[in-house]
Amino acid sequence: MAGTTRRGALKFGGAGLLATGWGGWATRVSAGVPMLPPALSGQDIELRVAHRMLRIDGRDTHAIGINGGIPGPLLRLREGQDVRLTVINDLHDEDTSVHWHGLLVPFQMDGVPGISFPGIKAGERFTYEFPLRQSGTYWYHSHSGLQEQMGHYGPIVIDPVGADPIECDREHVVVLSDHSAMHPHVIFKKLKQQGGYFNYQKQTLAGQIAGRDQKGADRLEWGKMRMDPTDISDVTGSTYRFLINGQTARDNWTGLFRPGERLRLRFINASAMTIFNVRIPGLAMTVVAADGVPVKPVTVDEFQIANAETYDVIVTPADANAYGLVAEAIDRSGMAFGTLAPRAGMVAVAPPLRRRPLATMKDMGMDMAGMDPDMMDMSAMHMGMRDKRNAPALPLGPGVQTIAPMPADRTGEPGQGLADAGHKALVYTDLVARDANPDTRPPGRTIEIHLTGNMERYMWAFDGKKLSEVGEPIPFTAGERVRIVLINDTMMNHPIHLHGHFFELATGKGDHAPRKHTVNVQPGGMVTFDLTADAIGDWAFHCHMLYHMHAGMMRVVSVRPAVAA
Amino acid sequence: MSALLHRAALVALLPLSVAAPALAQDMPAGEMADHAHMHHADAPSAEPATAQAAPPPVPTDHAADAVWGADAMAPSRALLQREHGGMAMNQVMVDLAEVQFRQGRDGYRWEGEGWWGGDINRFVAKTQGEGDWRRAPDDAEVQALYARAIGPYYNLQAGVRQDIGKGPKRTYAVIGLEGLAPYWFETEASVFLSDKGDVTARLEGWYDQRITQRLIIQPRAEVNLAAQNVPEQGVGAGLSSAEAGLRLRYEVAREFAPYIGVSWERKLGRTGRYADSAGEGRGGAALVLGVRAWF
Repeated sequence: MAGTTRRGALKFGGAGLLATGWGGWATRVSAGVPMLPPALSGQDIELRVAHRMLRIDGRDTHAIGINGGIPGPLLRLREGQDVRLTVINDLHDEDTSVHWHGLLVPFQMDGVPGISFPGIKAGERFTYEFPLRQSGTYWYHSHSGLQEQMGHYGPIVIDPVGADPIECDREHVVVLSDHSAMHPHVIFKKLKQQGGYFNYQKQTLAGQIAGRDQKGADRLEWGKMRMDPTDISDVTGSTYRFLINGQTARDNWTGLFRPGERLRLRFINASAMTIFNVRIPGLAMTVVAADGVPVKPVTVDEFQIANAETYDVIVTPADANAYGLVAEAIDRSGMAFGTLAPRAGMVAVAPPLRRRPLATMKDMGMDMAGMDPDMMDMSAMHMGMRDKRNAPALPLGPGVQTIAPMPADRTGEPGQGLADAGHKALVYTDLVARDANPDTRPPGRTIEIHLTGNMERYMWAFDGKKLSEVGEPIPFTAGERVRIVLINDTMMNHPIHLHGHFFELATGKGDHAPRKHTVNVQPGGMVTFDLTADAIGDWAFHCHMLYHMHAGMMRVVSVRPAVAA
Repeated sequence: MSALLHRAALVALLPLSVAAPALAQDMPAGEMADHAHMHHADAPSAEPATAQAAPPPVPTDHAADAVWGADAMAPSRALLQREHGGMAMNQVMVDLAEVQFRQGRDGYRWEGEGWWGGDINRFVAKTQGEGDWRRAPDDAEVQALYARAIGPYYNLQAGVRQDIGKGPKRTYAVIGLEGLAPYWFETEASVFLSDKGDVTARLEGWYDQRITQRLIIQPRAEVNLAAQNVPEQGVGAGLSSAEAGLRLRYEVAREFAPYIGVSWERKLGRTGRYADSAGEGRGGAALVLGVRAWF
């Protein structure tokens, strides 16, 4: 076996490594991620964006690759270096862009056309140039049209200055994604035409008789509210193939290890629309970083990773066995599957898909546990499903199907469908930052933002207004500390991403609050975070469900110096 | 199973429920008001309660303009707005396209509509008609409507209807309401004012009961009402005709579903007597074979 353990790589690291990123890193069998030699300042990297065909289980599909790869090349950089990334648009007919997800860069280098820069026209090139002020696991993707769905994404690993305090013998990057043979514009159109188009796990007469579905009384209640408890994912395994590093379960991506090694797995969810439940049956996983930022180690059996989140975990397989790397779609309509094995050719057995979850009253923002039992009058409750008094500032247009009457802070709950997993699943309140927070001032003001939607019309927005309807940004003063409360009035998950900043989740961890760039707000739930608006410029703020964003679930955030009074 | 019986009963009551939900869905419930926002007290965060400073003024500049120039940024900013919620869509749905096998006279029938536009404002075209096999349609109409979303589930429609069948070629003003009622009933109600001053109305509803993920049985009902006698069209005042159908379809794809079913129609009251005197018969049952398709 090739000696590409970390120690080995460090020993032999200087020889001939690519300045153009590690193209072809996402091979079917990976001996581990190669290490770059010590960083060179002003390092030049070239990324070429072009159409290509992607063969998925024997079928060719249209895709967009970077330097020929899907995912694109791994960018392995070092904290403190400067980097020049030249992106060449070889698409014939459309603009492109690259957003460096989670990297703290000057706003004009953030890569969002219409906010940070004009975009990169077909046939043209653009050079991004910025210093790297952080370390950890990140990724990059297009912010133009729906290109991300077609394969325009790749991983970034930034090594810290000096030795990495997170020790390991070997590491693998695990990019999870969803790919469809259907063009993303067609997917979006189908969703607008029929919101449940891709859901082939709806409740049926057969399902009710077999006991898989809601019982009669519940079904009647939900029908009365025009709510579908099987609506867990908008786009499902009926059209998606779920990928690990660009490989399907049949391809069986394999990451190698030597028994007894400490393996660091850097998970990145680069999906357009899929939240994954990740587990490795037989191995406990110790989460050591979230969204690139180290956390105090917490050991779990399973974790849910929302779109655009990253988690670093340590596993220590003691035996020379093949272990299944299972990333099950949240709606259980399919899974990405790979193998961790001591040698190539070993294949772990994929477990069967677990039964699809059904949404509950809590997912509609009705926290029964927090309710006075005398109030459990159902007839009063659904009338309250769209009560203006629960959000007086919210315009009650056709895009607002429901307002959560009692949204619960669900950061202490495992993700949707994992409450009865029968083992330890990660919850946000498990996350405690390893290092003290840089800014522990209390916030000076609070902004409440409602995440709204209408599943029948496939409308999604912040505060009931699509970006296309809003001209004004959400204003911040540079340096101010602000608390943001996200209230999910819908029955879907919304992974919310703020560009240019990390924020501290308000989960009671004091000056060791977990710092994230993307946070999933569970259905009918709420998330509170505090933010130091320290990056002057205009920034995107949006749901990372690609088609929710495309439907309008996005805002511009502006940070400006304080005006002298 | 009681839920199914309940639903069957609701099918019968369907026309009565058409208008009510659209009006009811915006009504708040007093009972919930007391509990509104109790969640703030429940938040487990140990952070102290925050002050409420005033937000800064909304800036009038765009940060990127200072770097790339306002002229370079303007087109991409316009595209950003349009591509995040401003797109127009469309759909053409042929709900019924069927052959009707009756005792004696076989016939055909179609019903469909298309829409073009955004989330709130749309242009809607509708058509429906029926006739005897290998003959021009007896009844046929087209409608051109402006539709506006007036709530989460309902669209208000207004426009014109033109009859193009064998009878008088009347033109109508149309007001309609179309949408999804509680319990997942699709509903449609239209009132027509003809160029002769006659007022008629039509109520339709249907429900998709999935048996499996692709096999779906659809009960469907329609009633027609008239405010006055219109002898030229064979329509009498009051409840003029009713129709009920049950169609079993298989979704080969979501967009393409062949079906088989039964359809029963009956001209009622004075409309029935008009039909008698014209020697047309009051209606009856038919076995139907057809396809539901959309794109």
